[in-house]
Amino acid sequence: MEELQLRKKEKNTSLAMTLLKGRTLIVLAILLVFFSFATPNFLSANTMLLLAKHVALYGILAIGMTYVIITGGIDLSVGAVVGLAGMVAGGMIQKGITITMMGVTLYFDIPMVVLLTLIMGAVVGLLNGVIITKFGVAPFIATLGTMYIARGFAMLHSQGATYSDIVGKEALGNVGITFFGSRVLGIPVGAIILIIIAIVAGILLKKTTFGWHIFAIGGNEKAAKLSGIKVDKVKILVYIFSAVCAAIVGIITAAQLEASHPASGETWEMNAIAAAVLGGTSMMGGIGTISGTIVGAFVIGVISDGMVMCGVSEFWQMVIKGVVIILAVIVDQFQRNMEAKMALQARNEAKTEAGKENPPAA
Amino acid sequence: MTDAAAMQTPKPEVCLHAEKINKIYPGTKALDEVSFDVFKGKVNVLIGENGAGKSTLMKIIAGIEQPSSGHMYMGTEEVSFANVTEARQHGIGIIHQELSLFPNLNVYQNIFMGKEHTLHKVGLNNAEHIELANKIMAKLEHPIDPLTIVGDLRVGQQQMIEIARNLMQDDLKILIMDEPTSSLSEQEVQVLFKIMRELKKEGISIIYISHRLEEIMQIGDYLTVLRDGKLVATAAVADVDISWVVKKMVGTGKSYPKRAQTIDWSKRETVLQVKNMTLPKKGGGYLLKDVSFELKQGEILGFYGLLGAGRTEMFECIMGLRPEHTGQILLHGEPIEVHNVTEQIARGFAMVPEDRQLEGLVQTMDIGKNISLSSLKNYAKKLFLNSKAEDAAVAEEIDAIHIKVADKRLPILSLSGGNQQKVVIGKGLLTHPKILLLDEPSRGIDIGAKTEIFEIINRYADEGLSLMVISSELEEIMAIADRIIVFSNGLKTAEILREDLTEDKLVLASYKGHTVAKQAQTGSPAVTGA
Repeated sequence: MEELQLRKKEKNTSLAMTLLKGRTLIVLAILLVFFSFATPNFLSANTMLLLAKHVALYGILAIGMTYVIITGGIDLSVGAVVGLAGMVAGGMIQKGITITMMGVTLYFDIPMVVLLTLIMGAVVGLLNGVIITKFGVAPFIATLGTMYIARGFAMLHSQGATYSDIVGKEALGNVGITFFGSRVLGIPVGAIILIIIAIVAGILLKKTTFGWHIFAIGGNEKAAKLSGIKVDKVKILVYIFSAVCAAIVGIITAAQLEASHPASGETWEMNAIAAAVLGGTSMMGGIGTISGTIVGAFVIGVISDGMVMCGVSEFWQMVIKGVVIILAVIVDQFQRNMEAKMALQARNEAKTEAGKENPPAA
Repeated sequence: MTDAAAMQTPKPEVCLHAEKINKIYPGTKALDEVSFDVFKGKVNVLIGENGAGKSTLMKIIAGIEQPSSGHMYMGTEEVSFANVTEARQHGIGIIHQELSLFPNLNVYQNIFMGKEHTLHKVGLNNAEHIELANKIMAKLEHPIDPLTIVGDLRVGQQQMIEIARNLMQDDLKILIMDEPTSSLSEQEVQVLFKIMRELKKEGISIIYISHRLEEIMQIGDYLTVLRDGKLVATAAVADVDISWVVKKMVGTGKSYPKRAQTIDWSKRETVLQVKNMTLPKKGGGYLLKDVSFELKQGEILGFYGLLGAGRTEMFECIMGLRPEHTGQILLHGEPIEVHNVTEQIARGFAMVPEDRQLEGLVQTMDIGKNISLSSLKNYAKKLFLNSKAEDAAVAEEIDAIHIKVADKRLPILSLSGGNQQKVVIGKGLLTHPKILLLDEPSRGIDIGAKTEIFEIINRYADEGLSLMVISSELEEIMAIADRIIVFSNGLKTAEILREDLTEDKLVLASYKGHTVAKQAQTGSPAVTGA
């Protein structure tokens, strides 16, 4: 009788766990249903593609952020890197690079522009990584500093002005940046890039030694070091990855708008963090998935776009987003407590079984 | 037996009586109808293997957890504690097995946390804090500067702070000590016992939990044995002996396995030579000074000494965690430059660190990953992990050292302490080391698991692995080591072969470094004077 009840209880907990684990997906489904009733053409292909276009931007940022948060860090500089990358790419197309000493102005073709912009991003990431690992600065402070630095340079690039109409000139051979803002087979290029990065990042995280080293560092840095993991190197690579993701987003944003604005990407780091946290990434480090983060990014996207279509004011959107994030973390905490309890239970059960095998001699 | 024991000695006053305590956790019964008496002014020993329910019972008495059913009485009054504060109001203090100090605060802040002395009800009276802290640390024979940050102290010293903190409590009636000696050296244990005897004289009742049986026989007055959450026996310590206790605890008598000893070490290859290892201490002095030794193939070399004697530091130097060291390390006769851990693991070194939770395990990862963590590179083809090869290797390791796991995908914290320790050892072994360094491999685990770990050590040594083992437990290290090096105050004070081993020699040598240092201190001005 007691055993039956116990088994029933076990079944209940495992069902509860499954629901808990898939909660972000469930929330996403509920949101989709809700908005499809609230606004008649929400579930149309067009709205969905527009949604994908929006989500692509902070989805990509959130993937980089997930890596960083799993190591137990945070990267506040990504939003500023978005702005800087847009300015660097836009500037290269519109003004070229003038080398005063030789009195020439160089214009690059688009692949070169993209490459140089990504390298710029990597340099910011390297800077973050080195400051954090070699100088022992807390990630929050280090990336707060580079956030200001990157935003400052974005402003300095044009003295705060916008590079408008960055389509390039046929004669200079630098047309084509708009590709990143266009659609292929009807799907926004940004969304395609998001899918590619998500797949690559997901595989890297789960199937390579590099990925597991990231988890180990976030779970227990000291143990990771004693296990022979090159902690500093892995961390630097993670910050580079995050900044390169941000540079990609910068290019896509500029291409979508056909203009580079130095303030673009402001506060996007917060959306990225929110998406990662909604997706179950633990701010304590050591726990997180790319798939979860993508779902988290879509939840944020659906809330924003859905509320816009419902005519909810921007200010209320902020309030609601905040509430959702806090609720997500509360549920997350609840799940972890429950998991810890189940681990304890498993430990005790193992003990009882061992006890049965060797009954204590009287 | 139990009744007979009760008849022989007239029982003193009962300070606290727990009646038929039950504690049910989801899926298990941690305590099953356990009754327990705390005798006034006595050391009441609670003993049992890990998971027997000792800590749970203590947590209930200290108000940290509440019983599922059962009653507690102090005198004639029935009591129940909803939280630690209520228990404290009844004069019950607890010293936890895992230290619960604030490593970021200094000694006096730790001692007075939650019971601060104030000036005019607002300001902190730090002058008084410092004075009282000095007084109590002197009483504990551990004069530590009250302004020292606790995180900078060795574990043994931290334990003393924890004890000091409890002694500060007004009208302390019962002091619960949950394995207070697990990280103390022999000397520190004797100091602790002296303190305990003084507390007894003051009429304070002590509940004492320990795995070290010799200690219990030395300090205990009354004994309660738990097994699998049930009360097995109670007795006056004077009426019983160690083998009786062990029998009650585990059902059968156990002793540490000893290796058959017929090896002629002079014919074995020297695997590792350490010459003149010196490690400066922050702010002057040395953590290690001119220590030299060698390690033969298939040998188990024991490192004995007091806490802070330099044993762990020697391991850290060898593993590349202390690049500031000077001295030479020769591997198979070739001098090597030691830069970092990764390089040392590649050279065939592996270390099992002292603190399993802090340095050994990644708590967020599952059992399997914790085992393969150090050797992941071996299962990777270019960038990608070959999970089949990894799984096979992990399964083999689990099998080889008998880690009891239902599923290696379960979280690491679902294992018992002994099995967690085996996971850490397995992680080291999986890198296929030639030299394995074990820092207190038996700390905080029960006798059964200890025995198994020593069997593993013996087996691998027989297969040709060279091992260095740090242990603070005399009996353990004497059973396991082929040769023992004694560290004292950063110096090597003795090197003793198994044949010549006696407890006295070890203990004497472990103090030698301090007298040498003192002589040097008092001696040097005389030299300059002359």
